[in-house]
Amino acid sequence: MNLAMTKRRTRLGVQARKEERAFFLFISPWLVGFIFFTAGPILASFYFSFNFYDVVTPARWVGLLNYTDLLKDELFWQSLKVTAIYSVGSVALGILASLFIALLLNRNIHGVAVFRTIFYLPSVISGVAVSLLWMWLLNTDFGMVNFVLLKVFGIHGPSWLMNKYWVIPAIVLMSLWGIGGSIVIYLARLQGIPTEFFEAAEIDGAGYWSKLVNITLPLMTPVIFFNTITGVIGSFQVFTQAYVMTSGGPNNASLFYVLYLYRNAFRYWRMGYASAQAWILFMILIVLTAILLRTSSRWVYYEAG
Amino acid sequence: MNLADTHAAKMEPRSAKIFWTKSRSKLAGDLITYIIIAFLSLIILFPVFWMLSTALKENSEVFLFPPRWIPSVLLWDNFPKALTFLPFGRYLLNTSVITFGALLGQLLSSPLVAFAFARLRARASTPLFILVLATMMLPWQVTMIPMFLLFKNLDLVDTFVPLILPNFFGGAFFIFLLRQFFLTISPELADAAKIDGAGYFQIFSRIYLPLSKPALATVAIFTFMSNWNDFMGPLVYLSSNEKWTLTLGLSRFTGMYGLTAWNLLMAASLVTVAPCILLFFFAQRYFIQGIVITGVKG
Repeated sequence: MNLAMTKRRTRLGVQARKEERAFFLFISPWLVGFIFFTAGPILASFYFSFNFYDVVTPARWVGLLNYTDLLKDELFWQSLKVTAIYSVGSVALGILASLFIALLLNRNIHGVAVFRTIFYLPSVISGVAVSLLWMWLLNTDFGMVNFVLLKVFGIHGPSWLMNKYWVIPAIVLMSLWGIGGSIVIYLARLQGIPTEFFEAAEIDGAGYWSKLVNITLPLMTPVIFFNTITGVIGSFQVFTQAYVMTSGGPNNASLFYVLYLYRNAFRYWRMGYASAQAWILFMILIVLTAILLRTSSRWVYYEAG
Repeated sequence: MNLADTHAAKMEPRSAKIFWTKSRSKLAGDLITYIIIAFLSLIILFPVFWMLSTALKENSEVFLFPPRWIPSVLLWDNFPKALTFLPFGRYLLNTSVITFGALLGQLLSSPLVAFAFARLRARASTPLFILVLATMMLPWQVTMIPMFLLFKNLDLVDTFVPLILPNFFGGAFFIFLLRQFFLTISPELADAAKIDGAGYFQIFSRIYLPLSKPALATVAIFTFMSNWNDFMGPLVYLSSNEKWTLTLGLSRFTGMYGLTAWNLLMAASLVTVAPCILLFFFAQRYFIQGIVITGVKG
């Protein structure tokens, strides 16, 4: 019996080894891509961040100089400030707005699919076209936003993109136009909550608010958590809006982190300096994600089993 | 609506009219919900309408205050005008070449990799899959500079290669999406085929691929959208005018016309985004499916 078992095990071993070979063959495109387009560049980027490199002359090792220079660079701090403010504003408001709309759409009303289509539509038209459209909508003298402000509220709107206090709120506002993706995610999760939960609560006499606070929101926290992380990562990578709409202006008030990085790399050809910036961005995102993960146990509710 | 609901809850005990009251308050709640949603929908749709309205206006009419909602004359001529000022046909061709090249690459590579992670047993499978997920979190900017230098050394800057080639090595997001989908296909199907003597590749191509058309459509759509709309990639890699994409051309449009020709600018923008809008209307469920699979189960 013992012998038979060993025999079977070796036969399984052959089969398993064959399967393992197939596995590596199948994933080989990704593995090659990972080595040449991800791992290699990550290491290279790390190396370049300790060099002066202008593409024309050979790279020169300078130790931590790029990093210490960055810490003394006012524009670096400005870009970090701008991006952080935008991140907090767009992520927080985006979550609130998309949750609100998803909750409304989940009230068993007719035509949910039509409304979902409408709310998702802006996410389809992204990038440069959206930036141009919003430049027009936010135009100081002839823009629709200021016209509505004047007509409905009697307020003379600011010169949004040309005003250093209003440029970031303007770009946050524009980001809210594209929350369709989160609405779809929240709605799918809401529709996946078993109705028995609510029926049980109703028997106990729970009203709308009580059900919302005690059942719906706790069950939504994993999705909210996921959206917070992807939202923060996405908001730190804003580029197109800043490049197309404001070129970082006025007076660097919308100098987003990646825009400044892009300028250092591809306008001033300071590849080492820009690599250091990229690594700091990477570190910031890792730390932020770690903080979110750490605090998540306090507010994210995971269903047992 | 909350007021109405709490009200109903208070009225509820042992009332003979309990159902009637409840349905009436539900009706009131629904009505308010409808009003809010309809209002928000209008706000969401308005910019798109305004884009079209502006695109069809005469230049003098663009700068009216108060604005005119619907152009007095629908100037369809703005479209050919906007498209002939720039070498738009050229940009359209370039964008299409890049987009379809990327599409081909993703559809050839990502399903293969995803199949391995979903169905082939290997000791390294889990750690490698975690690595795939980790690269999803990696900001593109970290690898951007070395990638540029790599392609520069290969003399491939200002060609489409840097924008197309990386797609042939699979995308983490798509590998993840397809793996999730493959896991829903019963493994018994594969086992049965194996008994009939099918190899892994046959199981993949004869069973998994045909059963995964919806997921493959989702991958195709997202690849199309992200490459069609990509801006930073072409901006970094394409320098000569005849290589530009639609997004690059659009962004330079303002520089050539100044910020006055809003009608032409909106017309050109509309043409640029039209394929994406059409795709969305015809293939909406694949969009939704992609977001839901990767969003909720992520």
